Amino acid sequence: MHVGIAHFLTVSAILLTLGVFGIFLNRRNVIVMLMSIELILLAANINFVAFSAALHDLVGQVFALFVLTVAAAEAAVGLAILVVFYRNRGSIAPEDLNSMKG
Amino acid sequence: MLSGLGAAFFYLFAFILVASAFMVIAARNPVHSVLFLILAFFNAAGLFLLVGAEFLAMILLIVYVGAVMVLFLFVVMMLDVDFAEMKRGALTYAPAGALIGIILLAELVVVLGGYTFSPNLASTIAHPIPALASRTNTAALGDIIYTDYIYYFQIAGLVLLVAMIGTIVLTLRHKAGVKRQSIAAQVARTPATAIEIRKVKTGEGV
Repeated sequence: MHVGIAHFLTVSAILLTLGVFGIFLNRRNVIVMLMSIELILLAANINFVAFSAALHDLVGQVFALFVLTVAAAEAAVGLAILVVFYRNRGSIAPEDLNSMKG
Repeated sequence: MLSGLGAAFFYLFAFILVASAFMVIAARNPVHSVLFLILAFFNAAGLFLLVGAEFLAMILLIVYVGAVMVLFLFVVMMLDVDFAEMKRGALTYAPAGALIGIILLAELVVVLGGYTFSPNLASTIAHPIPALASRTNTAALGDIIYTDYIYYFQIAGLVLLVAMIGTIVLTLRHKAGVKRQSIAAQVARTPATAIEIRKVKTGEGV
């Protein structure tokens, strides 16, 4: 039973697909859409770390650290927008996000 | 990369990771989604530990689960949303999502099946991972983050600062009609503005 980089890439590919599928499945709930984006970013991080370990190059882990930073900032701003939106409209359904006629 | 007990743990972590990721998108209650996402992050940290990225694993647990996921949980519980109504018509977009997901997975499988490592790969490695006996993972990361990647590190800090300011600006609101202490107004008072002298007639009161 040997686990190589292909196994890690498979796990992260499944994770990314689940994240993309989650965005479509939860079209009425912005919070779960944000969580799906977190899953996608986690899949990217698993790829970075797996390649870093497979190639014995530390830079992959450095980049994964920056991805985590940006993901944290994105989650914080996204949730803040969500709170403000709920305060104004009393709902978080994406169908109600139409005040800009977009 | 792994064999024996490590491989067994890889399969354990990977299975729970994928299962909990599925539950994140399938759970009816968003609180359950957040809790399953926390479980997914725990297992991803386990995978990171298996390949020797201890610092990232701990950052994932402490910073990500400890702060970001708790923020998610806080927002989910703070917003009083009718989640049952929200699930209505949830499967409308499921066929399109499944189609795109399957296409994406097929493309990823094609990529995974087709790649090979370049033969001159060894010459392109920027920072080799030092032996664990000489330098721990955290120390090795610090060696290059604070030297070669210092500007990226500073920019990451700037991103967080901007996110913090943006979040505060978005959610801060001034309520009308709340009395607050104004120290400048208090200090600026003089006897002329603060004290009023009245002549009170004897026996009549104010």
